[in-house]
Amino acid sequence: MLNGTEDEEKWLAEGIAGIQHNAFYMHRALDSNNLREALKYSAQMLSELRTSKLSPHKYYELYMRAFDELKRLELFFKDDSKHGVSVVDLYELVQHAGNILPRLYLLCTVGSIYIKSKEAPAKEVLKDLVEMCRGVQHPIRGLFLRSYLAQISRDKLPDIGSEYEGDADTVMDAVDFVLQNFTEMNKLWVRMQHQGPGGVREKREKERSELQDLVGKNLHVLSQIEGVDLEMYKETVLPRVLEQVVNCKDDLAQYYLMDCIIQVFPDEYHLQTLETLLGACPQLQPTVDVKTVLSRLMDRLSNYAASSADVLPEFLQVEAFSKLSNAIGKVIEAQLDMPAVGAITLYVSLLTFTLRVHPDRLDHVDQVLGACVKKLSNIPKLEDSRAMKQVVALLSAPLEKYNDIVTALTLSNYPRVMDHLDIGTNKLMAMVIIQSIMKNNSCISTADKVEVLFKLIKGLIKDIDGADVDELEEEDFKEEQNSVARLIHMLYNDEPEEMLKIICIVRKHTMVGGPKRLPFTVSSLVFSALRLLRQLQGQEGDIVGEEASMTPNKIFQLLTQAANGCDIEHVAYEFFTQAFLLYEEEIADSKAQVTAIHLIIGTLQRMNVFGVENRDTLTHKATGYSARLLKKADQCRAVYACSHLFWVDDQDGIKDGERVLLCLKRALRIANAAQQMANVARGSGGPVSLFVEILNKYIYFFEKGNKQITSSAIQGLIELINTEMQSDSTNPDSVADAFLASTLRYIQFQKQKGGVMGEKFESIKL
Amino acid sequence: MVLVLAIGDLNIPHRAPDLPPKFKSMLVPGKIQHIICTGNLCIKEVHDYFKTLCPDLHITRGEYDEDSRYPENKTLTIGQFKLGICHGHQVIPWGDLDSLAMVQRQLDVDILVTGHTHQFKAYKHEGGVVINPGSATGAYSSFTYDVNPSFVLMDIDGLRVVVYVYELIDGEVKVDKIDFKKTATAPSAH
Repeated sequence: MLNGTEDEEKWLAEGIAGIQHNAFYMHRALDSNNLREALKYSAQMLSELRTSKLSPHKYYELYMRAFDELKRLELFFKDDSKHGVSVVDLYELVQHAGNILPRLYLLCTVGSIYIKSKEAPAKEVLKDLVEMCRGVQHPIRGLFLRSYLAQISRDKLPDIGSEYEGDADTVMDAVDFVLQNFTEMNKLWVRMQHQGPGGVREKREKERSELQDLVGKNLHVLSQIEGVDLEMYKETVLPRVLEQVVNCKDDLAQYYLMDCIIQVFPDEYHLQTLETLLGACPQLQPTVDVKTVLSRLMDRLSNYAASSADVLPEFLQVEAFSKLSNAIGKVIEAQLDMPAVGAITLYVSLLTFTLRVHPDRLDHVDQVLGACVKKLSNIPKLEDSRAMKQVVALLSAPLEKYNDIVTALTLSNYPRVMDHLDIGTNKLMAMVIIQSIMKNNSCISTADKVEVLFKLIKGLIKDIDGADVDELEEEDFKEEQNSVARLIHMLYNDEPEEMLKIICIVRKHTMVGGPKRLPFTVSSLVFSALRLLRQLQGQEGDIVGEEASMTPNKIFQLLTQAANGCDIEHVAYEFFTQAFLLYEEEIADSKAQVTAIHLIIGTLQRMNVFGVENRDTLTHKATGYSARLLKKADQCRAVYACSHLFWVDDQDGIKDGERVLLCLKRALRIANAAQQMANVARGSGGPVSLFVEILNKYIYFFEKGNKQITSSAIQGLIELINTEMQSDSTNPDSVADAFLASTLRYIQFQKQKGGVMGEKFESIKL
Repeated sequence: MVLVLAIGDLNIPHRAPDLPPKFKSMLVPGKIQHIICTGNLCIKEVHDYFKTLCPDLHITRGEYDEDSRYPENKTLTIGQFKLGICHGHQVIPWGDLDSLAMVQRQLDVDILVTGHTHQFKAYKHEGGVVINPGSATGAYSSFTYDVNPSFVLMDIDGLRVVVYVYELIDGEVKVDKIDFKKTATAPSAH
């Protein structure tokens, strides 16, 4: 192969040298106005183009050299004062050149001047030239020759408003000329496929594609002709071009030319000739990538629709959607072995098209989805990841367009498409849906829509057969489930009846989630329910009492919440009992225990639904558990927190001064014990702070009017603290110091208040 | 002028799906110098979101926070002010101003930022100022039926702090402000 390239380089170099050599002499002849010599050397020069050894790429280089030289020659030919021969005679003279290729190049060059001179109608010269070029049937040589013809004739076509238009010359003649040149060039191009040894098909195809623009240029020229209006395009240009495209039966040419037509001519023309254009598609070779052609057509039309609202009625008028839809259907039917990704890409393009052109026609959207379902049903198991990506694109498009999941939920085929996704992609799509809802702050407010939604996201809600939940990384799983938890709050209706229906549906679906999912989702569900309960005021629901194997902490939290929201004594009592049981049996972590106790105490403190007996039992339990926490410091704090259980500031709240004091004293004992342990262990953090905290509590209740707490008790405590601090002077606790200082400052402040408060505090001697 | 965002009790995802869109559009990165968060985010996504608003993030643990490593309370100094943070579920009775005052004395701070009740509060007492930014999502609370989403922005300038509270009421964001001034010994309000 390398040899081949090396040889080609050599031949090209030889060819260029040949051209340069002859050009030199040609220039000399031009300078001395010697027509005969000029013709002789130009013909020799052009003979270099007779080679068949070069690939198109290299031939092009050679051609360009010759092209430059021909320009100079043309200038010389034009000025008949220099050579004294009329253009008519010149036209005849050049035909004496020996070989046909140089002869025709020269003829075209003179022909250009002939037309310019207007001594004959343009159409006649053009016709003559295009026919004469038939003499060269070698594909590469012929293509370049005709390309030359196209090039030099370009500005001399009898277009409307051009100087070459006349009675004898019309736009039709221009069109005829270009069409004929195009047809011949295409034939040559196709012929290349069948030339040469059979084994190098790939090489040939590559060479052909290098030449494709030469052929396509003609279409470009046609699109530029002013006189080619819609009428002419419809009646003449398109039919004839398509005729050639279909008849050539060459898949490379067909694909390129179809695409070329679509890109080169205006979109309005395509709309108006849609049927003709689409009608050609089934007639193309089966190996042509028709779906890409159609996709590109639809994309162009979609962009056209998006460019301006004025054009939209036109789309409706020509019934673009149904035509495209039918065409696609036919193509997919005809090409039975089209891979799934191809068919789905077509549907994606069609969907994009309909979403742009008539987004309000949901039936169209549903139709496209339905067609996709049909196609997917014929495939046993879709495993191609690219096809999957396309399906996701298909499903995401309506979400993006409508910004409103509710619309997508009304498309009957939407869930059916989702059913065909593999489990991983299904979950991915479910996340896309949830994200769309969150982003748009959508609210789904009817039970039946919620039902549809949960069917769509069922991959996230429960284990699907064949899915391997363990495979999913923990982080990703968490993110998934948290998304579902957040979603639950977007399902809402002001109307209690409807809301209850919604909650029931959510519960039905989340309950089958299994132990891995429930911890995430049940909380949301419960709070959603609690909100509803509030609305219904006083009606209890037994939603919380679910046999869910969630983390104990979670259940605990929910129980305390439920108790708080409940104003039926025995139910609330039951919640607390369950909570205590759970605390004892399941909550083992010491830190969790501290939090749990605070929740119990805090909740209990606020509740006024209990009668004396029940309340006593519960507070007794709470205090007991508080005193049995792991660390002494935690015990102390929990116990003094319990003191508030015996004193509620409300009018008819409990105010048992004695038991408050008992609690505080208990806390003191614990603090003392902690202090002693610290003295033994040396350096255990700040039990002195505990004393100051308890002191603050004494002051709190003193202020509230608890008679059992005396000023002397407070004074005693202050002295105790001072003693402790002094004895620990080797290890000063600046935090505790500051705390004590600010506490004392508070006492001073209260003293200076005057009035009843001032008097009260007066008794405390500092 | 130093801007400090005080925010908390979002309870995402258990009680609320997300911050209200109107709040989200107001909270842009680069404008705030510090964020103080009272707790109950509850998930990592919320933590990460706050980090994008401002890298200087201080959080204390709420009882439902997933990350148990957040501290129970925290103190920091901003300008002339010492600030303390504590979620408040540990302080019983919940929401009781005197008990909170004790915590303030214990932490020895001028401003105590606390949460748990989902109700906005800002008041001064002898020992300093207590601020509760409420719940930024308006999450369900056993305290009150009427939870409007709210958060607080503090503008600390020398010895003065202006507290702006943003509340979402009936779909509209309403702003109110309170001035606090710190004297050599204690802050006073006007």
